[in-house]
Amino acid sequence: MNAARRLSTREVARFVARGFLEFPALTPSDVNEQYLEEMGRGAIPEVAAGTPLSLAYPEGSALARLYSHPEVAAIIESLVGADPFVDHHFVHLTLGEAQRTGFGFTDPLPSQHWHQDSTIDTRQGFDLQIMWYPHEVVLDMGGTRFLPGSHLRIVSEAAIGRYQNIKGQRHVVCPAGTMLVLHHGMWHGGGSNVGPSMRHMVKIRLNARVPQVRLWDDSDLTDKDFEQQPIFWALQPRADNDLHSILCENQPWYEADTHRLEFVNRIRLFRYLLGDDSFDADYWCSRLEFGAGRRNEAASGTREL
Amino acid sequence: MLVLWLADSNLDAPTVAWSRWDGTGERRTMAGDETEPPYPDGLAALRDGWRLFQASSLLPHYPGTETQTSYLKYEFWFEQLSEVPA
Repeated sequence: MNAARRLSTREVARFVARGFLEFPALTPSDVNEQYLEEMGRGAIPEVAAGTPLSLAYPEGSALARLYSHPEVAAIIESLVGADPFVDHHFVHLTLGEAQRTGFGFTDPLPSQHWHQDSTIDTRQGFDLQIMWYPHEVVLDMGGTRFLPGSHLRIVSEAAIGRYQNIKGQRHVVCPAGTMLVLHHGMWHGGGSNVGPSMRHMVKIRLNARVPQVRLWDDSDLTDKDFEQQPIFWALQPRADNDLHSILCENQPWYEADTHRLEFVNRIRLFRYLLGDDSFDADYWCSRLEFGAGRRNEAASGTREL
Repeated sequence: MLVLWLADSNLDAPTVAWSRWDGTGERRTMAGDETEPPYPDGLAALRDGWRLFQASSLLPHYPGTETQTSYLKYEFWFEQLSEVPA
């Protein structure tokens, strides 16, 4: 087990709710610079799909140093377990003015259409997509655009390309060494680089080799997290870091009806990760399961914290 | 062309997403190029001269997929005709 701190229950719940976590300036400058140097001389290796992460990259290489960085390793372990399979990686380069001029054109390339990676995916668990930015990304570089809370929508890859702008969309602007980890379903696309410099981003997709059940540090989980609180007519403010509130966070682009469905789907995913079907947040699933005996089962059952 | 996706099926519901394509060639649009919608709701687009010609249907939920979320639901297509030099 890795020595660095694994994610907390609250952090995992936030990942379930938003579909991503971000870690600004996570990796040290020598790893970032080593990657750019290796990239510059074409030294980023190919990796056969399904290779264990521990065998994917040459020892001492920048990408081996990336995944073995204690904090990176702890994040990976918390979400997909130790030594997951590398599904694939890809080096994303977005041409700046200097590179465009070298290729004989001047207009910036348009942004990439919105898409979800891979194909229609209805699994209960998830693959982890790492997006790593080895240098500072400023606004005119067209940093990755992504849509918080989109990860549980079942769509077919580029079919969402019709949408141009969606309320709540984000553009990555970050210091060097920043890492985002995303649920595989996150809607995203590369931006248009209108600046002078090339933008680099490394994407690594990881498949869990173990059930994704309580891989994180769940020592912050308490009995109170399993208790229901007043909803709708709620006069008292919720505690900071209230687990139910984290899971039931709205997004500005959700339709008036679908945000409730998103909550239901998040709770189902969180139950899987928790290994406990008695969990509910703000009663969204209990209500639908009434009559199936769930409430009585949950009230009389024991649970492991 | 203007497409607005609204928060519910009423044309005066708030805009949650939007796309624009300019067939006159005067303006290039692309994904992620704006932060605020051109109209707060569909009715505001009508009032500004856009002609609504299509709205998404309200379809029953297919059994077994009632809680599944997918594409943006409330899609409204508008057009506006412009004169261009011959």
